[in-house]
Amino acid sequence: MNSAAPASPSHTSAWRLEQGVWMLHLAGTAGLDVAAPSVDISRRACIDATALKGWDIGLAASLWDLRARLQRQGLQVEWSGLPAGLAELLALAQAGEAAREPAAAVRPVPGHALHEARLTITFFGEVLIALARWLGGAARVRGSDVLQQLDQTGPRSAPIVLLSCALVGVMLAYMGGAQLERIGAQGFLAGVVTVGMVRELAGLMTGVILSGRVGAAFAAQLATMRAGEEIDALRVLGVDPVVHLVLPRLLALLLMAPALLAFGALAGIAAGAVPATLVYGVGASEYLQQSLRALTATHLWIGLFKGLLYAALVALAGCREGLHAGRSAEAVGRATTAAVVKALVWIVTAACATTVAFTAMGY
Amino acid sequence: MPPPLMQVQGLSVAAGGQIVQQGLDFEVRRGEVLVIVGPSGCGKSTLLRHLVGLEQPATGRVLFDGQDLHQGAEAPRAALRRRFGVMFQAGALWSSMTLGENLMLPLRLFTALDAAERERRARFKLALVGLNGGFDLLPAQLSGGMRKRAALARALALDPELLMLDEPGSGLDPLNAARLDELVLHLRQYLGTTVLMVTHEIASVFAVADRALFLDPQERRMTAIGPPQELLAHGPAAVRAFLGRAATA
Repeated sequence: MNSAAPASPSHTSAWRLEQGVWMLHLAGTAGLDVAAPSVDISRRACIDATALKGWDIGLAASLWDLRARLQRQGLQVEWSGLPAGLAELLALAQAGEAAREPAAAVRPVPGHALHEARLTITFFGEVLIALARWLGGAARVRGSDVLQQLDQTGPRSAPIVLLSCALVGVMLAYMGGAQLERIGAQGFLAGVVTVGMVRELAGLMTGVILSGRVGAAFAAQLATMRAGEEIDALRVLGVDPVVHLVLPRLLALLLMAPALLAFGALAGIAAGAVPATLVYGVGASEYLQQSLRALTATHLWIGLFKGLLYAALVALAGCREGLHAGRSAEAVGRATTAAVVKALVWIVTAACATTVAFTAMGY
Repeated sequence: MPPPLMQVQGLSVAAGGQIVQQGLDFEVRRGEVLVIVGPSGCGKSTLLRHLVGLEQPATGRVLFDGQDLHQGAEAPRAALRRRFGVMFQAGALWSSMTLGENLMLPLRLFTALDAAERERRARFKLALVGLNGGFDLLPAQLSGGMRKRAALARALALDPELLMLDEPGSGLDPLNAARLDELVLHLRQYLGTTVLMVTHEIASVFAVADRALFLDPQERRMTAIGPPQELLAHGPAAVRAFLGRAATA
């Protein structure tokens, strides 16, 4: 620490008007805690440090702050008698401040939410165009990329999907059984569990699990690639990152979703049989027969449609956040979190909208 | 004299919504090594991102072989971009692929070469940069210097007319940085590739540049262009100070 002399106790400084100029005499090694003087009386201020006995970095910072405050209020500030080291330090800070003039803005930055919404809509459009090009044979997706993503998304997600759906099946059976028992209609319990799992909950749970396990991984992978300029390297070659990186991930999830859904629904129905038989006295064969009776083609295709929709939303949320992440390690973390949050919000919104729509259509 | 390979006309480049360099006018002549030089933060890499077509200019245009890099349909512009190879600052090797796959992907996508020929060419390009045994290695298995050389090999994959290098020596020890400079000169000499390099390493400027273009961070414009020795002797004061400090270091 630079110091011309050992620190001595602070003393109070105050402005005095001397011959039309505001004067602040510094003494001791005072830290400064003074308000700016009135500019109505004089627009000139002088800080006299002739009597200053010592200084430290705290005083330098205080003087620097004071000067900025005075200048903001329109006062012309003059220094006198600053110790050599202190004067040089303040000059260095001033040089750093003046080094770069503010750059000209090239265009107004739109609001964050608006900008994000525009990015999302543009991204959805790019994915649709890429899908159309792929289906029309104008773009090629590497089979090995899809297989690699299938391996990442499917078998490794299956155990947690099965477990979650089984637990939901148990809960559904307990809650449904308690209500049905009050009117002596336990016989309908298998139908409640089956329809609930196949039509709504297997898809919803699969979507939620995939958003945390796969959507987050997609976002992290792509955001890391973006930070490492790997995506720029693709763009320079004229390779569309949406075709090369997003489509394999989207296709892998869409291919894997029906299997995960089916296993999830089966696990939920099977697990629901345990409380149905043990707690509510529904026979195992009766449970099976009621389940099969309740399972119509309409429930199956609606469940499949919803599950595929949720899987697509998970892939899109993960890829959208990854491709538009910043270029730092922190941005990778932000993209991962945002991917999970977006996927969950989109899934719940889609679940609500499709339930209302299908019910309104009489399905 | 043949027409220049690249012409930059009245270009202003922006980063984060603010102009970082403006009024840039220069050309890249066929067969030369042009180095863009300036202190850290002056906008060199941002300029390079505009020159490779990754960013839209705020004003002005960039012509490659007489065609605008930023105007018109995407397909012809992408075809134009494939005529230059880019080595990014961090290498930007595709991390899930081996070095061989990194080099063969552009060949597979944009040439009619069969698999055997693609592999032969990829192995040859790796050998050119001294990575003979690296075909099956993943980028994560490479040292910093090897990664730079592998990135250079990938930039050469499609036999580009113009090689663009972003801070090739950054993060390397002086010996490895000098080796990379030497490699660039050999590639220019043996392959006839035009080279546009961005750097703040003055040793590299004097080692490889036919001409150097100096970007000023305060004025946000280019302040000099010419052979580096000439700039050191007769350039503007700021350029002489920048080049001289490193030359005497």
